[in-house]
Amino acid sequence: MSGPSTYQPKTGVTRWLDARLPIIRFTHEHLLSFPTPRNLNIWYTFGAILTFFLGLQIVTGIVLAMHYTPDAEHAFDSIEHIMRDVNSGWLIRYLHSNGASMFFLAVYIHMFRGLYYGSYKAPREIIWILGVLLYALMILTAFLGYTLPWGQMSFWAATVITSLFSALPGIGEPIVQWLWGGFGVDNPTLNRFFSLHYLLPFILVGLVALHIWALHVPGNNNPLGIDVKSPRDTVPFHPYYTVKDFFYLVCFLILFAYFVFFAPEMLSSPDNAERANPIVTPPEIVPEWYFLPYYSILRSIPNKLAGVLALFSALGVLVFIPWLDTSKVRSSRFRPNFKLYFWFFVADCLILGYVGANPVDATLLNTSIPLVYIGRIATVYYFAFFLVIMPLVGWFEKPNPLPDSIANAALSNAPHGSEKAT
Amino acid sequence: MDHTQTADPTRRDFLYIATGAMTAVGAATTLWPLINQMNPAADVLALASIEIDLTPIQPGQSVTFTWRSHPLFVRRRTPAEIEAARGVTVEDLLDPVARNANLPENAPATDENRLSPNAGGQQSPRAEWLVVQGVCTHLGCTPEASTPQARKGDYGGWLCACHGSQYDTAGRVRVGPAPRNLDVPPYQFLSDTRIRVG
Repeated sequence: MSGPSTYQPKTGVTRWLDARLPIIRFTHEHLLSFPTPRNLNIWYTFGAILTFFLGLQIVTGIVLAMHYTPDAEHAFDSIEHIMRDVNSGWLIRYLHSNGASMFFLAVYIHMFRGLYYGSYKAPREIIWILGVLLYALMILTAFLGYTLPWGQMSFWAATVITSLFSALPGIGEPIVQWLWGGFGVDNPTLNRFFSLHYLLPFILVGLVALHIWALHVPGNNNPLGIDVKSPRDTVPFHPYYTVKDFFYLVCFLILFAYFVFFAPEMLSSPDNAERANPIVTPPEIVPEWYFLPYYSILRSIPNKLAGVLALFSALGVLVFIPWLDTSKVRSSRFRPNFKLYFWFFVADCLILGYVGANPVDATLLNTSIPLVYIGRIATVYYFAFFLVIMPLVGWFEKPNPLPDSIANAALSNAPHGSEKAT
Repeated sequence: MDHTQTADPTRRDFLYIATGAMTAVGAATTLWPLINQMNPAADVLALASIEIDLTPIQPGQSVTFTWRSHPLFVRRRTPAEIEAARGVTVEDLLDPVARNANLPENAPATDENRLSPNAGGQQSPRAEWLVVQGVCTHLGCTPEASTPQARKGDYGGWLCACHGSQYDTAGRVRVGPAPRNLDVPPYQFLSDTRIRVG
């Protein structure tokens, strides 16, 4: 998408540098002059928001590691030490723990955006697959990090999640002992989890670079889902989208600040304020909110191996979306049927989350309907959406007519007296 | 004909393949220590066996000990609980295998096979002792057992609150999602009031 570079080094020093390491040219092409569709809306600002949060998690994480002790005897105390004694320790820890929640909120919006506007379709399949990989690594990193405070929920989350692998026939037990470094979650487990929790964010940074690189080959998709046809369809990334991204980042940070300063423990389990105890499981094990839909899928299936396979398939199926969706039209704006199923799917994920947040034997509101049945129906829809609805709707649906160009569509919608065509 | 296109393998082909094979073997042997370091270390494996004095445990009581980082339930069953456990036919069980480290792997899950091999038969006073690992075979939670007010499930044994599995008074799974009976660790009676686990 980026055509011939328009960068002209103006001074002797920049000319000298440009001939040796064209780093200014690279930045200019990809951050400043990069041609971007002129009609990107608020939902396209979450890429920048996610990048910000990855940076924030790395910075706060490095600082926390200066005060944290990855030892089963001392980990819990060192968290209390950070909260009570370290200067601004409470702030940095709350930024980090709530930052993880905001990171997931942003990634879910980003993913639903991609799903709605068909951003995974040719030629953007690799961007989507890299995105799924990023999301999977985020899940792993968040899980490892959640173990580190060594509270009750940390310990039992680590036990339950690592035990998922014991469902594999034959090799399950050796794999679980290999993950633990013992016969149960213990000090060796904590040490390796800390090591990997520190490592993975840097791998995320590398994958983000690939994700953006892959994005900058075809360029951004857009809410109309049609290709950029002329320079009239685009604006330079800077200042148009640097300013837009920054504005919505600040809006998002207001929400973040609400959690950090007014409800810092709202999203975490009170059980984690209790030290890990290997012989007492908390009465109800509940994962962080961002894993609840998966937890619900796991619990919906009464067979252990099948439940674990469903859990991993729920994530794995995302990789195949570019080929499961058979429609030629990208954006749901022109897909009346798919749009409906899409919003059902959003509701379905929220229902799965609600079911996952409740005890295993709970019933629906004031009725006697067991929630697990609701969870099973929602699980069926989750998979049916990808495996049945996506391929079939693509074949049977009659899409609405597409506009001829981004510029014409964008400018015809513009309010009276606003900018003229450039 | 170019010498690289000859049908017969040349000396150079042999060297290529031999070098490649040695590199692969070398890479694998270098990788192995990096993988194997995560397996349980020598001090973890060397965790000695534990001895448990049974005298303070009353009938109907279950006491939790720690063995190999996991909880260990030592339960002194009441006559009614023993009756209930013996009254079950193995065919009715979700998991018909004893899961007893002291017995062959395919031993049926009768109540007797869930006890220590030197428990001395059904009439022996040792038959009231049930020793199982307190690790739910679903995803490793500890079933509720350490307090008198703990829920015991419909079969009077243990209830795992995490995902609703239930075990009977011989530690056998009766309601899923747990796939297996609670594991019986290697242990034996040293006397009527003392056992050694491990």
